[in-house]
Amino acid sequence: MTPARKKRLVLIGLMLAGIGIGLTFALKALDENIMFFFTPTEVAQGKAPINKLFRLGGMVVDGSVSRPGDGLTVQFDLTDNGEQVTVRYTGILPDLFREGQGIIANGKIGDDGNFIAQEVLAKHDENYMPPEIAEAMKKASEAKASVN
Amino acid sequence: MFLWFHKFGSPPHFYRIAGKWLPWLGVTFGLLLIAGLYGGLIYAPADYQQGESFRIIYIHVPAAWMSLFVYMVMAFCGVVIIVWRMKLAEVVLISSAPIGASFTFLALATGSLWGKPMWGAWWVWDARLTSELILLFLYLGVIGLHSAIDDKRIASRAVAILAIVGVVNIPIIHYSVEWWNTLHQGPTVTKFDKPSIDMRMLIPLLIMALAFKIYYVMALFQSCRAELLRRERNSKWVEELSGSN
Repeated sequence: MTPARKKRLVLIGLMLAGIGIGLTFALKALDENIMFFFTPTEVAQGKAPINKLFRLGGMVVDGSVSRPGDGLTVQFDLTDNGEQVTVRYTGILPDLFREGQGIIANGKIGDDGNFIAQEVLAKHDENYMPPEIAEAMKKASEAKASVN
Repeated sequence: MFLWFHKFGSPPHFYRIAGKWLPWLGVTFGLLLIAGLYGGLIYAPADYQQGESFRIIYIHVPAAWMSLFVYMVMAFCGVVIIVWRMKLAEVVLISSAPIGASFTFLALATGSLWGKPMWGAWWVWDARLTSELILLFLYLGVIGLHSAIDDKRIASRAVAILAIVGVVNIPIIHYSVEWWNTLHQGPTVTKFDKPSIDMRMLIPLLIMALAFKIYYVMALFQSCRAELLRRERNSKWVEELSGSN
């Protein structure tokens, strides 16, 4: 490689390193804004904004879904296997909404300490399988649980 | 090896070789596409949660992978342009941009169509979606910058720098779902662990990914040949080519 070419290659390397470092610091500084949602534990620790809209993410607790009142309002608990937050929402739920499913709700903490959602999004996980395998896996884990 | 590289890099030689390869690439692409579509739409079972809607994965995921891959090719060409001043790399870079932009757009559009019923929203500003949108703007920026400068050799150098700078976005897109809380799910296939997808669903996906890759090479060769003729219109080999017809 000729010296001129080597110099240009080194310059490209330095340029990329500089941009990379700069961007890393910028993203670190913006970390909280890039986070799409807060977890129930973060809410309990008081990290979530008060009297302001924010997104809350967690799993719907099994057996916590109920429809008090007019039937359009849904109430359920969200958990991150630590803390729990009760969410109330009036509107249409996405297809993937079900117990045990990851959910992201946009809203704010109401006067009664419950989370009043204006929008509910379902977070899909990275697992893909046919229904019969999901069924078999569920049975296997139930069998294991009954043995213990 | 270096000699071969040198020879392949010469415009008339590349023009001839690419022309010879094109029909074969076309046939391979066609066969893979049929196999992949059959596998994805008929052979693969429905998902336990998403039902039939999950089948959009067979377009969405290969398109998203290609959007990253094509950009990596462009950035590599950018380095070759700046360091070695190779003409063919200039042509490959600028010919890749519209193809990559199309893949990015396809990934965003199919993701949006899937997002509405599954997530409950067409679009959210989470890290994955936003960084992929920035990638689309980078592609459009490359196309725009190249056409804004009349001298194509200078334009190529400018575009090469843009392509190299933009490459920092690629790891951000890939790791966005791990670094931050996002609505978009984590990686299913491209992780060190065993892929968390059923084999019967995975195989058509990989076939489709390969089909997309072949399509890229095919489209690239075709548009490179056109670009080469345009750039070298005053050279001897193009004259001979048009004279013989």
